[in-house]
Amino acid sequence: MVVQTPNGFNLDDSGKRIVVDPVTRIEGHMRCEVNVDDEGIIRNAVSTGTMWRGLEVILKGRDPRDAWAFTERICGVCTGTHALTSVRAVEDALGITIPDNANSIRNMMQLNLQIHDHVVHFYHLHALDWVNPVNALRADPKATSELQQTVSPSHPLSSPGYFRDVQNRLKQFVESGQLGLFKNGYWDNPAYKLPPEADLMATTHYLEALDLQKEIVKVHTIFGGKNPHPNWLVGGVPCPINVHSTGAVGAINMERLNLVSSIIDKCIEFNKNVYLPDVIAIGGFYKNWLYGGGLSSQACLAYGDIPENPNDFSPEQLYLPRGAIVNGDLSTVHDVDVRDPEQIQEFVDHSWYEYAEKGKGLHPWDGETEAKFELGPNLKGTRTNIKEIDEGAKYSWIKAPRWKGHAMEVGPLARYIVGYANGHEDISDQVNGLLRTMDLPVDALFSTLGRTAARALESEYCGRLQKYFFDKLVTNIKNGDESTANVAKWDPSTWPKEAKGVGMTEAPRGALGHWVKIDSGRIENYQCVVPTTWNGSPRDSQGNIGAFEASLMNTKMERPEEPVEILRTLHSFDPCLACSTHVMSPDGDELTTVKIR
Amino acid sequence: MSDTVLILGIGNVLWADEGFGVRCVEHLARNWELPDNVTLLDGGTQGLYLLPFLEEADVLIVFDAVDYGLTPGTMKIVEGDEVPQFMGAKKMSLHQTGFQDVIATATLMGYCPETLILIGCQPEELEDYGGGLRDVVAAQIEPALHVALTKLAQMGVVAKPGRTHSDLLADASIMHETYEAGRPSEEDACRIGDDRFFPAAE
Repeated sequence: MVVQTPNGFNLDDSGKRIVVDPVTRIEGHMRCEVNVDDEGIIRNAVSTGTMWRGLEVILKGRDPRDAWAFTERICGVCTGTHALTSVRAVEDALGITIPDNANSIRNMMQLNLQIHDHVVHFYHLHALDWVNPVNALRADPKATSELQQTVSPSHPLSSPGYFRDVQNRLKQFVESGQLGLFKNGYWDNPAYKLPPEADLMATTHYLEALDLQKEIVKVHTIFGGKNPHPNWLVGGVPCPINVHSTGAVGAINMERLNLVSSIIDKCIEFNKNVYLPDVIAIGGFYKNWLYGGGLSSQACLAYGDIPENPNDFSPEQLYLPRGAIVNGDLSTVHDVDVRDPEQIQEFVDHSWYEYAEKGKGLHPWDGETEAKFELGPNLKGTRTNIKEIDEGAKYSWIKAPRWKGHAMEVGPLARYIVGYANGHEDISDQVNGLLRTMDLPVDALFSTLGRTAARALESEYCGRLQKYFFDKLVTNIKNGDESTANVAKWDPSTWPKEAKGVGMTEAPRGALGHWVKIDSGRIENYQCVVPTTWNGSPRDSQGNIGAFEASLMNTKMERPEEPVEILRTLHSFDPCLACSTHVMSPDGDELTTVKIR
Repeated sequence: MSDTVLILGIGNVLWADEGFGVRCVEHLARNWELPDNVTLLDGGTQGLYLLPFLEEADVLIVFDAVDYGLTPGTMKIVEGDEVPQFMGAKKMSLHQTGFQDVIATATLMGYCPETLILIGCQPEELEDYGGGLRDVVAAQIEPALHVALTKLAQMGVVAKPGRTHSDLLADASIMHETYEAGRPSEEDACRIGDDRFFPAAE
């Protein structure tokens, strides 16, 4: 049966069903099922969050000043972003302002995390959807060196001997039987298009990125006291500044600031010499693979982040843009008010929850998290061993957030489309430059590759912003301002009996919001709407499909039993989970089980 | 010069027995004084963030909740090449795939610690978000520490009763007792898990 959704997709569930079932639950499990037609084209897509995420309820009754430490444990990757969102929500509720230095330091930590996440995502998760490290063993090191010098003349690591060494190291690793990191690929699938030399170049950068990422996170260690799990503080940042004497242990001194400065420079160099040139070079071989746009051409949402000044989140003050685009109308960027109960609402018609009032959408401040696990009549399998989910009924632990009723895409591509549509100078320059270099039209942005490219551009932009806020911090310190925290309202006796607030950030993978209600010094309600909730949302009461589902529609699979294309597109959202794939035959028998990373 | 030892607890403290590894390291820090060449680290569910710590270590001792398919609360110790293999024994954990990758990556980069010891405990309950350790698992913390201390003594690393300061442990608000004491009631906090996460034994 073919059904047209209000947001314009024709769903046909008659073809062979393929199930992609991830396993880890770092931020939330996810499972994906698609139907493909006789030509291997995806005609229906169903995205299921398979894990109960009850962070909201476990925070009830806790001290709001501690919430960041709990939220930091939600996710195995973007710990700091959740913590920042949490302290912003509590500060907003209690009217706590932070000093200028705290704003600069928080921005640097957030930008640093963006770069770290984007680099690690591209090289250590996503690149293997495009790059074949096994094929790299066949490359000619001399030709690889020539390719490297053409692609990025200013990158110093480009000699034939260097690539030969890396190739030998890879060979040893593969021959030792520890294929480990690379063992789950479909390396003979025709979807891989790179010549061996490009594969070797990119795999070499996989190793360079590993070295770099170790350096990048030192910024979190310096400003957050430790990493993993840096420290945060309601009212500022927990690192005192003391540049004029030896001072307290752990205080920020010139030596540490110099280290931060050198790390920022390394990020800028890597983005310029390696990351962006790689995306352009690899993308060049896949210019005809423009699947995966999904909702990006019609509905994008960004909350914005990186405020110029502390305590001012007005859109014109934010470096990462805020706004919403709907109905594919790029000429109008709508303002977004996360407090407005009519704008952001979560629906649970297809989610394993139940609201007191059926069919209604609830703003997160009024959010309810009552679980109701039930399966539809068209389910295949059993409650404990689902073969095929029934998407006509409830089918996900993820709620369906909507902005004024629209399903939205969030993330780097959404941020860049909002920024581009709004005439954001830096973003427009970057996007236009990239399209010119690659000789592609603007429409090419609305694709899996567009998402991947936006992430690389953003990493580059974040590098520059990081330097800007570093300079701002140092100037302030030179002028004698060493304040990093405002503790005037630390004591709960200074708080109103009831308060509510919201914290927003742009996490690497998209718009993140925490809504908190405080009563008598304790958390009364806490709701997180995470980026993967937006992108991975199930259908809503109107039948609109979410961003993951939309992005898979109409993709042609080379070999349906090897879902490289599904992984490419899902990975391009950087959902923070790894996947395991089960490919099912139409009668539900499992054909192959392949673990996907 | 003596070997550099990293004692790492991994797992997610928010998922009941998944917190076993992190709690072991906490208890070790609180009750034993270790020499300067030993680092205690709460690794949470982090992946690549842990690489720099591995790079600096000659000896790695990991505490973790591992599904060996044994009776809950059973401890099992594996060493050397068996470690990564066991960490991926079952696709059950928040982090095991991730940490297996960390070891593989360290190997690829040529700086995996020479000595690997995994002190694992079979969990009883994972599907309890916001919950703490079950009694049978909590009861294994002391024996697990004993195993680690014995291994350390064999390497010439002597621990004395006391405390070890480490900046690399959890924030006070989610330390073992505070975390478990502050839990909301069952009426407030849904305790339903996803039973599909435990597919019937295959």
